[in-house]
Amino acid sequence: MLSYFITRIAQAIVVVFAMSVIVFVGVFAIGNPIDVMIDPGATQAIREKLIAQYGLDQPLVVQYWTFLRNVFAGDLGTSMVYNIPVVDLVFSRFPATLELVAVSVLIAVGVGIPAGLWAGYRPDSFGAKLVMALSVLGFSVPTFWIGMLLIMGFAVELGWLPSGGRGDEATFLGVSSSLFTLDGWSHVIMPAINLSLFKMGLMIRLTRAGMVEAMGTDYVKFARAQGLPDRQIVFSHILRNISIPIVTVLGLELGSTLAFAVVTESVFNWPGVGKLIIDSILQLDRPVMVSYLIMVVILFVLINLVVDLVYARLDPRVRLKGGA
Amino acid sequence: MSAALEVKGLTTQFSTRKGAVTAVNDVSFSVQPGRILGLVGESGSGKSVTGFSIMGLIDEPGRIIGGQVMVQGADMRKMSTEEQRKMRGRAVSMVFQDPMMTLNPVLRVGDQMAMAVRVHDKVNKAAAWERAREALEIVGIPAPRERLQAYPHQLSGGMRQRVAIATALLHRPAVIIADEPTTALDVSIQGQILAEVRRLADDIGTAIVWVTHDLAVVSSLADDIAVMYAGRIVESGTAEQVIANPRHPYTRGLIDSVPGLHEPGQDLPQIPGSTPQLVNLPSGCPFRSRCPRATDICASFPHNTGTEAHSVLCHHPLEAT
Repeated sequence: MLSYFITRIAQAIVVVFAMSVIVFVGVFAIGNPIDVMIDPGATQAIREKLIAQYGLDQPLVVQYWTFLRNVFAGDLGTSMVYNIPVVDLVFSRFPATLELVAVSVLIAVGVGIPAGLWAGYRPDSFGAKLVMALSVLGFSVPTFWIGMLLIMGFAVELGWLPSGGRGDEATFLGVSSSLFTLDGWSHVIMPAINLSLFKMGLMIRLTRAGMVEAMGTDYVKFARAQGLPDRQIVFSHILRNISIPIVTVLGLELGSTLAFAVVTESVFNWPGVGKLIIDSILQLDRPVMVSYLIMVVILFVLINLVVDLVYARLDPRVRLKGGA
Repeated sequence: MSAALEVKGLTTQFSTRKGAVTAVNDVSFSVQPGRILGLVGESGSGKSVTGFSIMGLIDEPGRIIGGQVMVQGADMRKMSTEEQRKMRGRAVSMVFQDPMMTLNPVLRVGDQMAMAVRVHDKVNKAAAWERAREALEIVGIPAPRERLQAYPHQLSGGMRQRVAIATALLHRPAVIIADEPTTALDVSIQGQILAEVRRLADDIGTAIVWVTHDLAVVSSLADDIAVMYAGRIVESGTAEQVIANPRHPYTRGLIDSVPGLHEPGQDLPQIPGSTPQLVNLPSGCPFRSRCPRATDICASFPHNTGTEAHSVLCHHPLEAT
């Protein structure tokens, strides 16, 4: 178990390092942020002074070395646009994204898994076929389009829900979140549903596939031969067995939605990190891009670690050991 | 004494694209408490489907279309789905072929067995585990308390099959259907399990239907033997009668092709041809195309030409001795 953690952490360090190089070089290649930021009427002298101030006149390797040194000193840089430390900037936006993603994952799991179980339990029923057809729509219709339809329907035509933005926040047990207010929920529910549709489709198909496979196994027949009711067979025997692929995909999806809920956040004008990264790319806010992407890598590594730990809990045959 | 299990005219069909396939065709037999019936046949003879039909566990596209399954005098086929479920595990139970697959890999042995206890008896968890421990002890598992804590992959194949048998025995059912439970095991383990099963039948009085393709196994284990061919029982009688004095040419062929009953160095006799496709089974005796004794009359279906105790569906049975 300990060697497993050490191996994983070593792997994570290598991945983060490699990622930082790629991101740094990529961002360097995009262009000079000073040209975007500066007043076009500024003199060449001011321009060069600014470039030198940000260290952009140095060769790539030197710039990267400076960046690395700063990172190890705990400084990920300062946003060129907002002029505040990147860490503060990202963490000020992160709770909004976390709320959105948490609600959408809950919807995806809460609807997708039961629907998938049903569709796998009675694969020939009309309901199961309807569920499967909807799941195809869920991950083939573009998110932004559904988002706009939702806004058209529920915000513009019906006027039931606000069309965008994050609602009022309230503090509960020292945590400030818009999920503690009704207004917050009215704001989050539409983007969350929008964001959940793809994941829901995925959950439905995965769960159904696992369920169909499990229904034909001997351990299920044996459980039926013992007189266990189907409900108990599904929830005590099958669910545990099919949860491993579900947890894997859920982990990956959780990571990618946290990092890249960009489209939905843009459509619903949700003040999360996805919107932040899009804005910073448009403005060539280099420190924000680099730091943010590195944080995303760390996030993925952490989620995968958690997924592995959950595996070991779910499947007794999985023993965590180093090396592999 | 009334039979623990009495099957009358059981018929099970599967609908396929090519038409209905009758996998089990008018099968009748009975098993007394404490006795073991060997249900013998090649792959595709319908022996396993017979077992599942008795349990009421035939899934679509299969359907039981006729017959009675009397367990201790009560007809399972007349019961509702829910009543049938309550019979399973309590009155009639089943053990499968592959012990690697029959236990749920992610649940502890004790949890699986306790679930099987509590589905029929309202006892608390501790009592259910205690019942499971006793059951493991009965089937000869050493250190049963530790085994209950184990996951299936931590047990050997023979051990797992004992766990499966113990699970089937939890409620002391009147009938156990054993679907080739020793086929996947080593010969030495197989012998041990057979001895245990014989002892359990004698001690507990459970009637056992032992489904197998292995005539050597049933000849040493079973009290009675029924031979299935193409969905029908073509010969049945006591084990001595059927083994020592087979009357159906098919049974004769099966016995002749068992190694060990012959002098070493000689070619093993085989039954020519292979089991017929059930989809378009020709009329008359299904064995006639492979039968050395077949004549024109075999184009009509044979009736029992043997006795009540030793029945045989053949126009030209071998001589009784």
